[in-house]
Amino acid sequence: MAMSEKVFAERAARAVGVGRRRGVGDLLLYVPLIIFAIIFVFPFFWSVSSSLKPPDEILSFPPTLLPSVPRWSNYVRVFERAPFARWILNTIIVVVLATLGAVLSSSLVAYSFARFRYRGRDLLFMITLGTMMLPAQVTLIPQYILWSKLGFVNTLLPLFVPQWFGGGAFNIFLLRQFILTIPREFDEAAIIDGASRFHIFRAILLPLCVPALMTVVIISFIANWDDYLTPLVYLNSEMQYTLALGLSLFKNYPETGGEPLQHLLMAASVMTILPPVLLFFIAQRYFVQGIVMSGIKG
Amino acid sequence: MTDGVLPARTGRSTRPLLASLVGVNTMMQARDALWGYVFLLPWIIGLVVFFLGPIILSFLLSFTKYDVITPPQFVGLANYETAFTGDDLFWPSLWRTFEYSIVVVPVGLFGSLLLALMLNRGLPGTGFFRTAFFLSTLTPAVALALLWSWILNPDIGPINVALRAIGIPGPGWLADVHWALPSVILINLWGSMGGNTMLIFLAGLQGVPQELYEAAAIDGASGWARFRHVTLPMISPTFFFNLVLGVIGALKVFTTAFVVTGGNGGPNYALWFFALHIYQQAFSFFKMGYASALAWIFVVILLAFTYFQVVLSRRWVYYAGGDE
Repeated sequence: MAMSEKVFAERAARAVGVGRRRGVGDLLLYVPLIIFAIIFVFPFFWSVSSSLKPPDEILSFPPTLLPSVPRWSNYVRVFERAPFARWILNTIIVVVLATLGAVLSSSLVAYSFARFRYRGRDLLFMITLGTMMLPAQVTLIPQYILWSKLGFVNTLLPLFVPQWFGGGAFNIFLLRQFILTIPREFDEAAIIDGASRFHIFRAILLPLCVPALMTVVIISFIANWDDYLTPLVYLNSEMQYTLALGLSLFKNYPETGGEPLQHLLMAASVMTILPPVLLFFIAQRYFVQGIVMSGIKG
Repeated sequence: MTDGVLPARTGRSTRPLLASLVGVNTMMQARDALWGYVFLLPWIIGLVVFFLGPIILSFLLSFTKYDVITPPQFVGLANYETAFTGDDLFWPSLWRTFEYSIVVVPVGLFGSLLLALMLNRGLPGTGFFRTAFFLSTLTPAVALALLWSWILNPDIGPINVALRAIGIPGPGWLADVHWALPSVILINLWGSMGGNTMLIFLAGLQGVPQELYEAAAIDGASGWARFRHVTLPMISPTFFFNLVLGVIGALKVFTTAFVVTGGNGGPNYALWFFALHIYQQAFSFFKMGYASALAWIFVVILLAFTYFQVVLSRRWVYYAGGDE
């Protein structure tokens, strides 16, 4: 090992002169980069453009690249045609309560896995990781039966309550790994001062975990905002819908009085896409950290 | 050995009962262990109520006929027999799912790797390109499906308009029996290629020691040889991780196909994937027993694929840090 390291060092030293110089090849790389960027961004551009067209222009042939006059009132019209405000409210309720539950309970569980020694801990941790591989279909049916026997089908409860019981394996795993990097001396000093175990968690570890907690918040927010299968299974009256479910229903609304829906559908889609995208821009660092961590240590 | 599974040395005094129950030595440690259980409690409940309980229940249900309202009726292996021999949509939906996966997994993986390789050159503007590629992943699946239904509109969608402009009559895309599956493949590739897989590849690429490339360059290795003999082996663990997740993700394909077809499986069942088949049996026909049997078949398929990949990985995955 030492031998090869030495060889590497020598070679690296010699290589300094030939380091990374930008050549024509690198410049040419911009061609595929720009082509891919266009491929990935064009659909967004097209939906924003469509969302601002008047009803007659959206169905005209050939289609126009940009609306002749942007019609912002389309966005207002969405709220008139569908209970869109209600769907937003439902989604916010679910996202906030699910995220809060995930953050509180997964950090507590992660603390237990990271800092305590007891019988069955490692086995339970393995089982926890195992649940990540499980397809939702196999637990979905019994869970549905459970919620329906409790009488909570068509309420928002099944969408966020499970998050209060551990917050899912991935969040537990992420926070446990993070707590393990915090020196134990911090805990021990507090124990000598007579602090309770819960106090150590709340006053010492949680503040140090803020970056990892941010990651959990963002991933949980986006996952719950985007979720389609769970609301699809549990919610059946329009006023209970979340945005994702409402949006897909909106597609099937009848077009009345010669008003096509396409421009409104696009306006509604843009509004649904915007919050996760904005959140990503605000907290990009934490988000990428979480994804990368799952890949490297998974 | 230091863990102290042995009783205390004196022979006379053994460990306190509570301590030995929770697997530690002293009463002090036992009190600590109890706190550990207390903090674990939410997850123990969650695990039992939302995972372990449902897994057992769904296994038992798979041997019954059950519609939620009347009590379950034991039917033995009838559900499994129906699946394999008496269900006209079972095999087609399974093949459709494999057809989908066999395209999406390799194209998605190599596409993500290609994007990551381009970003890894560290050219000015990399941050912009990374964000541009990643945006599609942040799009909720429903919005993704609606966006693309509009773009693939056979009459006035921009793709067919552009094709017509250069003299090619565009296909009916999602409305066409033969084009529906390729359309969904296209949509989902767009929605995932620049996403998590790419970021994980990028992190893997950045973990390859620069010295290896320099050493290879000095030894006269061409760009391709460096990629083949340095990059690929060094990122093979990352590749493996993405492959396993990619296969599982592809086999579970559901939302896009559900939304673009309104849940009816598209023209002539062209988009009737296995996950949709399970969903329909359970929540449209309320055949909970049969759907549970299908879900268990699904679990076995996923486990088998994962197992084979782990076995095969020993031949091609290289761990720089030795065995892990």
